[in-house]
Amino acid sequence: MKTILYILQKEFRQIFRNRTMLPMIFGVPLVQMLILVFAATFDMKKIDMVVVDKDLSTTSRQLVAKFDGIPFYHVSQAVMDEKQAEALLLNGESDIALVIPANFERNLIRNNNGQLQLLIDAVDGNSAQLIYAYSGQIISSFNKNLIAHWKGIPEFAPPTQVKISETYWYNNELDYKWYMAPGILAILVTIIGMFMSGMNLVREKEIGTIEQLNVTPVKKYQFIIGKLVPFWVIALFDLAFGLLIAWLVFDLPIVGSLWLLFGFAGVYLIGVLGLGLFISTVTDTQQQVMFVSFFFMMIFILMGGIFTPVESMPHWAQIADRINPIFYFMKILRMIILKGSGFSDLLSEFLALCVLGVVFLSLAIWRYRKTI
Amino acid sequence: MIVIKNISKSYSDTRALKNISLRVNRGELFGLIGPDGAGKTSLMRILTTLILPDSGKAKMDGLDVVSDFKKIRQIVGYMPGRFSLYQDLSVEENLNFFATVFGTTVEENYDLIRDIYYQIEPFKTRRAGKLSGGMKQKLALSCALIHKPKILILDEPTTGVDAVSRKEFWDMLKKLQTKEITILVSTPYMDEATLCDRVALVQNGQVLDVDSPTRITEKFPRKIIRVRSDETYRLINDLRAYEKAESVFAFGQFVHFVGINDEVETSELDMYLEKRNHKNILAEEIQPGIEDVFMNMQSNI
Repeated sequence: MKTILYILQKEFRQIFRNRTMLPMIFGVPLVQMLILVFAATFDMKKIDMVVVDKDLSTTSRQLVAKFDGIPFYHVSQAVMDEKQAEALLLNGESDIALVIPANFERNLIRNNNGQLQLLIDAVDGNSAQLIYAYSGQIISSFNKNLIAHWKGIPEFAPPTQVKISETYWYNNELDYKWYMAPGILAILVTIIGMFMSGMNLVREKEIGTIEQLNVTPVKKYQFIIGKLVPFWVIALFDLAFGLLIAWLVFDLPIVGSLWLLFGFAGVYLIGVLGLGLFISTVTDTQQQVMFVSFFFMMIFILMGGIFTPVESMPHWAQIADRINPIFYFMKILRMIILKGSGFSDLLSEFLALCVLGVVFLSLAIWRYRKTI
Repeated sequence: MIVIKNISKSYSDTRALKNISLRVNRGELFGLIGPDGAGKTSLMRILTTLILPDSGKAKMDGLDVVSDFKKIRQIVGYMPGRFSLYQDLSVEENLNFFATVFGTTVEENYDLIRDIYYQIEPFKTRRAGKLSGGMKQKLALSCALIHKPKILILDEPTTGVDAVSRKEFWDMLKKLQTKEITILVSTPYMDEATLCDRVALVQNGQVLDVDSPTRITEKFPRKIIRVRSDETYRLINDLRAYEKAESVFAFGQFVHFVGINDEVETSELDMYLEKRNHKNILAEEIQPGIEDVFMNMQSNI
């Protein structure tokens, strides 16, 4: 026990003497929470629209005015033919082109059938769908008012229809930041756990201190604990720090229990640290650790469901996600923070984290050799 | 006491150690002498239980290096060839750390390291990485000694250390020897070999000879002529081209010459070199040193 304490004291001393470590501990959460959460958003803030109005009628102008009246639509240009509009889409100046053919109004009145064309830049499929959905809604509401107007019914008494009123649960205002923040926190904790612990052990190999340490009677488990605990503490500290920033800066509500949150984080970290240590036992330089960890991080993060819901991934990907610790942790964080889930709701995730923790840590202990 | 029997070790296709057998007596200061890549470090790593031998047995104070590795780690002090202490910890912290992991305290064994440690004690709050080469060596030795080992294994401890510190270091080893510590030390410096009780000349993973340094040189059967002139490089080439030359090696500012037989006289060389327009020629017979023995053994393999 005394040995472990002394090893821990040594590790902490080294960590705090490392010039890049302190800025990392405070800098990473700050940057991630303040920049990434705001930057990684799907909210459409501004849609640049180019209009090709070949009709130039009252109705077509009303439609354009309707778009222009919506705060995040910006009707930036009006051109006379599709070619020009396409050119604008092509060089990225516009996100959408609205093409109103000639005789739009006449066809609408005579034949009850007007046609419009929407050209949408779909390089980013997600935002293209959003733009299409928004624009469709605007046009159909315009359509409804048009019918009402012509039939002489006041605008605010539409014909009988099913009215839908919706409430978004757990994130009333659909604040994207609230959705992103727990995801970013999960990444933050994982970076600290996986990279730092791995780099730390392999550094002893690089500098050669491990050779001196290996001839001492230090036990394997003492050494591993010495490498694990400091980063476990630092990662939990960073989680708290990140939560604090989220709470202060964008009012992230923490509905569930903080104790539960940190309890889960503690279990999760054992697995992540174990994986980091395992990587460092099979590599010889910090560079190799970086590459291998990065490889795992990329897969874990993108498959973990930070941007895209895991439920919409292919079936095999969902099965593969069962060994992805970030997948569980992101889910747990979102459920506890936004939804207030309790332990019983998260039992299966808890068990999964336990299994992953035991497996990764055992691998690390098994692979760590006191020989070179 | 160290007993090594028929130890072999290979790394993929290089055979680092070929059937080595050695015996180091209790309290002996034993030197492993050989060039880089001779297999000294591999042998030391096997003895310190860091790597496993492919075949053969080795015992440290009666403990087997494979099956009793845990006990061996308690009784061996090891100083790797590369400075392997924590550079970001202070002198004092390093020493305390290693004392603790060996389950002892600095105070308990202070008398053993006092002579060495008092020289670096004024800098005890300084980070180990900021020490000079000689001070690093002293700290590493202190750390290797802090648990009062019975056997001390030092891998090229004086490489990269200035001449004064090297001498001090060897004086310290001599002192430790009086405390019944068996010391196995490797070095590429031939002059240090003469300070050992016995040395083993190692080359290409094999032991060429084991004996006391004086006996090794005494056994050397050949006459050595030391030659000097103004142009050392041309001198070596000319001597090598001489029909009666067997081996010619540069030796600091001199060239050591061994003839095909011991009948070759210094006067012969004088004449030969004068013909070749060398100036300030000096050729004299000298006592062979360990390095001469070693160079000759190497060229005879």
